[in-house]
Amino acid sequence: MPETRTDTREPEGLVQRLARDDVDRKRFLKMAGSGAAASFGAFVIAACGSSKKATTAATSSTSTASSGASGDIAIVNYALTLEYLETAFYEKVVQAGLFKGKVGALIKDFGAQEATHVEALKGTVMKLGGTPAAKPAAKFPIESANQVAELAYTVENLGAAAYLGQAAKIQNPEVLAAALAIHSVEARHAATLATLVKKSPTPDGAFAKPADMSTVLAAVKPFLV
Amino acid sequence: MQDHTTIPTDGANAGLAEVEVKGLTRSSFILRGALAAGALYGASAVTPFVSGAFAASGRGDAEILNFALTLEYLEAAFYNEKGPQVGLSGTAKSYAKIFGEQEADHVKALMSTIKQLGGKPVAKPTFVFPVNSESSFLKLASVLENTGVGAYNGAAPSLKDKEVLTAAGAIVQVEARHAAAINLLLGKSPTPDQGFDRPLTKEQVLAKAGPLIKK
Repeated sequence: MPETRTDTREPEGLVQRLARDDVDRKRFLKMAGSGAAASFGAFVIAACGSSKKATTAATSSTSTASSGASGDIAIVNYALTLEYLETAFYEKVVQAGLFKGKVGALIKDFGAQEATHVEALKGTVMKLGGTPAAKPAAKFPIESANQVAELAYTVENLGAAAYLGQAAKIQNPEVLAAALAIHSVEARHAATLATLVKKSPTPDGAFAKPADMSTVLAAVKPFLV
Repeated sequence: MQDHTTIPTDGANAGLAEVEVKGLTRSSFILRGALAAGALYGASAVTPFVSGAFAASGRGDAEILNFALTLEYLEAAFYNEKGPQVGLSGTAKSYAKIFGEQEADHVKALMSTIKQLGGKPVAKPTFVFPVNSESSFLKLASVLENTGVGAYNGAAPSLKDKEVLTAAGAIVQVEARHAAAINLLLGKSPTPDQGFDRPLTKEQVLAKAGPLIKK
């Protein structure tokens, strides 16, 4: 027996709309010009980057909403910086040609996915009324397949922990939804790399550990030129 | 002359003397400790110091977590009860053991948290899992884990309490790791939604999980 529920707790946002409504998704994708694509990713990028409507955060520079927006802008720019680094890392790895076959295809996929994270986060910062962080110059040691896979495992675990560490600080529920959608993908990357280096797909056990911004930035400092 | 860097270690603060642990605020450390303690020792291990932290969050969060609890009961039963019945071997067997323990930890933690929120944890349902081979077991595992990711990602933005949100995030990250590992074992993409995991509504989750719940 279908149950009609009226959830009055919070307004229906991006998450509810796009998860619920296939018609809505398709309409949005048409707007974004990617008619054939049915991926949630294309939808997120379109939603993050294409809105011409001013958000509550962007319209006012003095309301409390904008202090939320400036906090969110900082968080998203931090995530954007990490995504730039991950994208650069995978690009170098693919260039080095260390992985073939199925593993090579996975590595390429992950790099492409990190690049879509960059696009989405750039768009999100702009939609919030901010300026996206610049792409940092990066350097990574690329010596052997196993060394690279170990490094990738470390980086992806760090990325997942970074997103988890910020989730509670994000004010805007749509930004949070996007962050969660990315967070779990980084976890998938980490688990995949774990199988390559014969390490645990769940190194923290049943509950993943968050990492705070200073910890993460200190950990990635060696990769910044 | 009082040393302001010394944190009192007596009474209720004993064992909670660290104001910051790896950048976590004290209250989120309490929560994580509570969840871990709840996972290991049951609700009685959660100190009364925690209930104040949860007082404000309300029934909405408890209801959301009860939905998550139903899924965790389901996954735990699947790995821990159905798995041995099917007879698994190799990596499938070791994943079922490890992931099953972790799902059981999720059950305990959610039950404990729901009680701390002033809610009543739902009772464990009876499940039916229509699988009888390793292959069909793994396929259903993939469905359950990937659905679990979507369920948490769909529900989490509605959570009012930010520490509960972090706890949910700590769980969904692990479900995503499970999902990727199981998918790889099946020769499937570990990232079926590519760069962005699709959030699911409650109805979409129940479409997958509902048929397995016998009531």
